Amino acid sequence: MNNVPSIYIHYSLCIYSSCHYFNFFLKSSIFNCIVGKGPVISFEQIGILHKRFKQLSHNEDTLRRDDLNTIPDLSCNPIRTQIIEAFFDKRNFHQNGEGTVQEISFEEFLVVMSHFRPPALNMTEEQRESIRREKLRFLFNMHDTDNDGTITLEEYRHVVEELLSRSGALGKETAKGIADAAMLEVASISMGHMEPDEFYEGITFEHFLKILKDIEIETRMNIRFLNMDTTNLCK
Amino acid sequence: MAALWHSTFFLVMVLLAISRPSLASQAGNDDLQMGTEHRTNKGTVNGTENLITTLPIVTWNWQEIKFPYLVALWILVSWLCKLVFQLNPSLTSVIPESGLLICIGWVLGGIIYWADKVQTFKLQPFIFFFYLLPQIVLDAGYSMPNKLFFSNFGSILVYAVIGTCWNAATLGLALWGCCLGGAIGDIDIGLLQLLLFGSLIAAVDPVAVIAVFEEVHVNEVLYILVFGESLLNDGVTVVLFNVFNAFVSLGGAQINAVEIIKGIISFFVVALGGSLVGVIFALLISLLTRCTKNIQIIEPGFIFILGYLSYLTAEMLSLSAILSCTFCGVCCQKYINANMDKRSVSTLRYVMKVFANGSETIIFVFLGITAIDPSIWVWNTAFILLTLLFIFVFRFIGVFFLTWILNQYRLVPLEFIDQLMMGYGGLRGAVAYGLVVLLDENKYKEKNLMISTTLLVVYFTVMLQGITMKPLVTWLKVKRAAVTERTLAEIIQNRTFDHILVAIEDISGQIGHNYMRDKWNNFEERWLYWLLMTPSARKSCDHIFNIFHKLNLKDAMSYVKEGERRGSLAFVRNETKADVDFNKKFSGNFSAMMPYIMAENMGSDHVPVSSILWDSVHSVCLDMHEKDLKMRESEDFNAHHLLEQHLYRGKKQHRHRYSREYLEVNKDKNEVQEIFQRTMRSRLESFKSAKMGVNPPKKISYHLKKDQPQKMPNGKSTDNRKSHAYGKEDLEFSEGDSASGCEAAGGSFPMRAHRGAGIVNPAFNAEMDPMPAMQQILPWLAEAEVDSSAVVPSQRAQLTLPCTPSNLHRLAPLHLTTHSFLLADSPATQDTSEPPPPPVV
Repeated sequence: MNNVPSIYIHYSLCIYSSCHYFNFFLKSSIFNCIVGKGPVISFEQIGILHKRFKQLSHNEDTLRRDDLNTIPDLSCNPIRTQIIEAFFDKRNFHQNGEGTVQEISFEEFLVVMSHFRPPALNMTEEQRESIRREKLRFLFNMHDTDNDGTITLEEYRHVVEELLSRSGALGKETAKGIADAAMLEVASISMGHMEPDEFYEGITFEHFLKILKDIEIETRMNIRFLNMDTTNLCK
Repeated sequence: MAALWHSTFFLVMVLLAISRPSLASQAGNDDLQMGTEHRTNKGTVNGTENLITTLPIVTWNWQEIKFPYLVALWILVSWLCKLVFQLNPSLTSVIPESGLLICIGWVLGGIIYWADKVQTFKLQPFIFFFYLLPQIVLDAGYSMPNKLFFSNFGSILVYAVIGTCWNAATLGLALWGCCLGGAIGDIDIGLLQLLLFGSLIAAVDPVAVIAVFEEVHVNEVLYILVFGESLLNDGVTVVLFNVFNAFVSLGGAQINAVEIIKGIISFFVVALGGSLVGVIFALLISLLTRCTKNIQIIEPGFIFILGYLSYLTAEMLSLSAILSCTFCGVCCQKYINANMDKRSVSTLRYVMKVFANGSETIIFVFLGITAIDPSIWVWNTAFILLTLLFIFVFRFIGVFFLTWILNQYRLVPLEFIDQLMMGYGGLRGAVAYGLVVLLDENKYKEKNLMISTTLLVVYFTVMLQGITMKPLVTWLKVKRAAVTERTLAEIIQNRTFDHILVAIEDISGQIGHNYMRDKWNNFEERWLYWLLMTPSARKSCDHIFNIFHKLNLKDAMSYVKEGERRGSLAFVRNETKADVDFNKKFSGNFSAMMPYIMAENMGSDHVPVSSILWDSVHSVCLDMHEKDLKMRESEDFNAHHLLEQHLYRGKKQHRHRYSREYLEVNKDKNEVQEIFQRTMRSRLESFKSAKMGVNPPKKISYHLKKDQPQKMPNGKSTDNRKSHAYGKEDLEFSEGDSASGCEAAGGSFPMRAHRGAGIVNPAFNAEMDPMPAMQQILPWLAEAEVDSSAVVPSQRAQLTLPCTPSNLHRLAPLHLTTHSFLLADSPATQDTSEPPPPPVV
């Protein structure tokens, strides 16, 4: 809150004073979560996102799964269902939420979106690390559908199968083989040597961090939120 | 080491001794090649005129072969230099190789000058631009990391176009200012000429950049920015050079707004047109490689010739040849790699590197040699120092300014240290030299000053900046490239990111980078793959699958190695042994779960095997020779007859080993699949019957009865019994075989044929229809299913013996078809005294 330039607030006050969400932002912790540390989604961008939200929800206050399912551009995305599910997953709203909801309001929509904000130019190591954890947690939650803290082989297979389902040449069975192989890899990376009768239940979050340590997720998993309104161009 | 130095030196001396007499006589003729050709022609004319009086047994034909001989010797000498350096890693770790090569060039040039009293060898622009540069550019394009290149394409373009123009303009203007201010002294050079000089020296040189940056392993974004810039700005610089050259010819008075606008238009036409020519040639290459399957030997040659043609065509149309060749390589790489045979691809890669690396070496050596020539050196301290200073300073200013603008738009901003490295990485090279030599001496009074300044700039940047680059990278803690091998899990995650990002952009209604990329991917998959790729290549071009396949191969290889180390690999080719044990592994691993397989896989879970397995299957082909069998089993006519009837007959065509057309004996493509299908089917049937008591299909029994009623004394058993007998029989056999790898070979095969009551290896029942692909059973899938979630990872984790095949779960698709090598594990893991545990039947 402190590091938001006051001019922004002033500016946006003028624009969004009519928008009743704005008061909510100022009060809620969500505001800190989105705007608070370093990387910022500016108020213009929030305004644009709000417009988009309204467009998707057909001017309702809440968004349902069906609204997202009907986005035409999304229809050829192989992991569409999981991404949409992530928007309705309580774990992505709060620290200790659980379960799913049927419809989301704009705040929750924003919170989910805020996982994808770009990093700031100058970050300290801790900030970088916390952003990294946060982003990875989002990914992990997407894989861990039953919220038991591990990605089991079943869950992982499911993801890989869906991921590869669009390339028609690779059958479901190959996808399974690939998932198994990747899982074996994870097991060997994270557990090291295992006894023959030992048993790898699945990928925990710690293992997840470990296997993805070489991917610079903080620089990869982000979206440029444009200051420009392109919603009319999108179907 | 010392010996090598000596030998190199000796070689150089030999070279000189050979070349000296002839070269000295043509002193003053700068153009060696032209002169040589001229003389050669004369020589031959003279030769025919001279009537011979007697038959010479041998003659001294130096004049005729002099030119190619010298070229070959020079190439040899430059490559030997490289060899010498690489033998001494402590040297190359301090000074980059390019700098060392230039040094060696000085030494060689000194020797030549000392011998000839005139510099007879020079880097000729024509040779450089038409014989040395194209392969480097083509290689750079072909091995370009496409995704990285295009995701940073905007930044690269900004640096390459605006940055280069900035460098050229500021250098020209600043030098002109100094001229006017009188800092340089009395030289006959105008603003236009200075701008021309600025434009030719503005470009960062790809050859120098690759040579230096490849050794320091900076992070990939930094690398692609510098490298991409150096590639693209060569095109820009050539265009600028041509425009200014034309302006100088026109003369300052004639230049008006129209000409300037024309110049700007020509800039865009030349750059875009060149790129377009490149793309067209890339399409041509891709289309061509769709149908070069039958001429595999010259397949890679097409790429070189068409790539070279794209360069020449662009040059012919006075478009940017470098851009054309670059884009040709960038656009066609994906399709030709998928279309061509694997061996052709690796040949292509290798030969490309040989050419590129080779000519890079030659270029640097000759850059050194060229300098040892007093006739080109005009010293003007102020001009040279000011040029060096301005180049250095304006490069930094340009990079910082452009990066500042770009950082407003880049998703991941460039850090300050990266910017420093970019500025510092502005190495100039042979392109600048090639261009400056092209200048017309009559128009440019100070040509020699420009040449010497260019040479000094090149030496300064390549040597000094090259040497200091590595310490600087360490000192500034520039982010290095990750050296770890990508794991499958990471690659899957990467793919997931891509899709997530696209989805988020779709949902949030942004049209961003990911959105565009996704649209392009869709377009590519739908249209370009269809147009440019062979159908079989289309299936296997998935990146994830390729990685998976590679890992499988690696596992298989380590498995074989381990087996060979233990000396017990059963499939080591042995004349007296025919290791055909198609059922042991199968029964061991799968018999227990056969019912599940039947139940599950016959239903919905089918998949076209051929598409998945095509590359990975190496089926066992029993290409047994009649003769061998007869010799070994001369008594056993029945067995022989059986085998002859049921074994798969190889469909190889005879081909000489020395064939120029083909590298190896042609394999019939259907062979593997056919064997595979038969094997699968028969196994299935035998197990079905063994397990569930179902009668084997009528077909088998029918054949048996019909074919061997008299020959098989015990062929009378009923179908049902037979099948059971077969199952057990088979197990016994496998035990025997695995327990004694070197058992007298006569035993196993025919014996089994006898006792098995005629159902020897039904895998090879010749008249059986190949199964429709849909019905094929994939036992490894079933296995995976039964294992479910828990088993698999732990098995990987028990990787104590790479030799136990159950560990190789990635090899799942290989299990059944390469089972012959799975034999190895039983003698290896258990002592031969102890028979393998009987599988549950």
